[in-house]
Amino acid sequence: MQIFTKAFWLQLSSPKVFYPVAGKLAPWFAIAAAILFVIGLYVGFFVAPPDYQQKDSYRIMFIHVPLAWMAMFVYIVMCGYAAIGLIWKTRLSTMMASALAPTGAMLTFLGLWTGALWGKPTWGAYWVWDARLTSFLILLFLYMGYMALENAIDDPQRASRASALLGLVGIVNIPIIYFSVKWWNTLHQGMSVSTSGISMEPSMKIAMFTLAFAVWFYTIAIALTRVRSIILERERHAAWVVDLAKAGGR
Amino acid sequence: MWNSASDFFAMGGYAFYVWGSYGVVFLFFAMEIALVIRRKRTILQRIARIARMNRE
Amino acid sequence: MIEAMRWMLWREIALAMRRKTEVLTTLFFFIIVVSLFPLGVGPEKETLSQIAPGVLWVAALLASMLSLNRLYAEDYLDGTLEQFLLGAQPLALLVFSKILAHWLLTGLPLVLMSPVLGMQLGLDVDSILLMALTLLIGTPALSLIGSVGAGLTLGVRGGGVLLALLVLPLYIPVLIFGSGAVDAARTGVGADAHLSILGAISVLAALLAPWASAAALRISLD
Repeated sequence: MQIFTKAFWLQLSSPKVFYPVAGKLAPWFAIAAAILFVIGLYVGFFVAPPDYQQKDSYRIMFIHVPLAWMAMFVYIVMCGYAAIGLIWKTRLSTMMASALAPTGAMLTFLGLWTGALWGKPTWGAYWVWDARLTSFLILLFLYMGYMALENAIDDPQRASRASALLGLVGIVNIPIIYFSVKWWNTLHQGMSVSTSGISMEPSMKIAMFTLAFAVWFYTIAIALTRVRSIILERERHAAWVVDLAKAGGR
Repeated sequence: MWNSASDFFAMGGYAFYVWGSYGVVFLFFAMEIALVIRRKRTILQRIARIARMNRE
Repeated sequence: MIEAMRWMLWREIALAMRRKTEVLTTLFFFIIVVSLFPLGVGPEKETLSQIAPGVLWVAALLASMLSLNRLYAEDYLDGTLEQFLLGAQPLALLVFSKILAHWLLTGLPLVLMSPVLGMQLGLDVDSILLMALTLLIGTPALSLIGSVGAGLTLGVRGGGVLLALLVLPLYIPVLIFGSGAVDAARTGVGADAHLSILGAISVLAALLAPWASAAALRISLD
């Protein structure tokens, strides 16, 4: 099998080879995401029964928890790509990292947004300084810093390497930040709230995990499409890009 | 489970919170999809334009 | 190697002594920010002493961050930094000396000033001493972490605001344990754990930040 040879993967890390591959893969992930969204939403709204305590407001959880998971996961994957790009100087890895950043920031924001709308009926406040909420806010700051640094530097090579280093610094700090926020929260007792009082039925789990995969595939589809734009932007002087553009894209 | 469509949209009185969450999430997703597609089209057009200008 | 580090330290201090205003500006910024709080919150002694640790720490964070811009900027502009990069001495060690000088010139004055400001905010003597101790242990971490951000934003347009955006989230653990120590002591929990963790953060930062800063400078000057 071609897939198992090292040469195949090395070849794939060249932007020129990866560009059409990403173009072929993205629609499949998009379709899979769409199907999973439909299934997940159907189960979440028409199969899962109302919670006996939170009634129908708990249905926010089906999208909130996947968003929160993916927001964290995307940050780790992004920093992983950044690290690979920094160490082995593979251009495609840093491009993938910058393709993931905006989506990760958006997922973090949406996680906070849905969390606030879930928190209001559950805890009576849109925002509480709970350890999880606070660390998520900080995660959003980290994403913002990453993107701001990348956008501020004109030279794309330097921009991607600088933001990659920042990502690495961030990943070293994430456990420390999370631990310190937790500590801070337990010190200021009376503010902490238990997140879930929901007894999870199988249908609820199915809805949540289906939507988690839906968000995952959505992220992959978006990142693959965005990385194609980034490849075009950074390689715009390469002959194959010019030929491609003259032929009208695809 | 739901007796009528209006019952469904009322979400047991939590309509604002539930639809406020899902609505914004899918609005953002739709916007991101549109932006990503437009970005790729724009860059291709720009490269093609520059290539034409260089030839002339 | 030690020689080079000591030379660098003296060079930095000598340069700063020639421009005393810069050191004093940071210090006065710290004093002004702290003095603004009573004006904003109200002069009730109870409230002020309650928020004093947080206020002092946030002000220290901002003051230390504002002075970061100059950490590498001048050496970058006159080309000295390029020489250091090409030089025989390991860059991380030179960077460490620069950070140490930065702390001596900006962090240490804040520590020395904090008892006076603590008194202004109505802290009792024990809290003031503890406060100064947390600043003494914690501010080196601010200079160390900040130096990575300063290296990354070197020569970037809008560098100052960008630097704040990059560095402030990373300062959060220092803020939490620094200002938390005084609270913990007041509630009778004891501040030992806070002080140990604060020390651990500073040591960890001292081990990693010079290398990260050196890498950042290499990227910026590439």
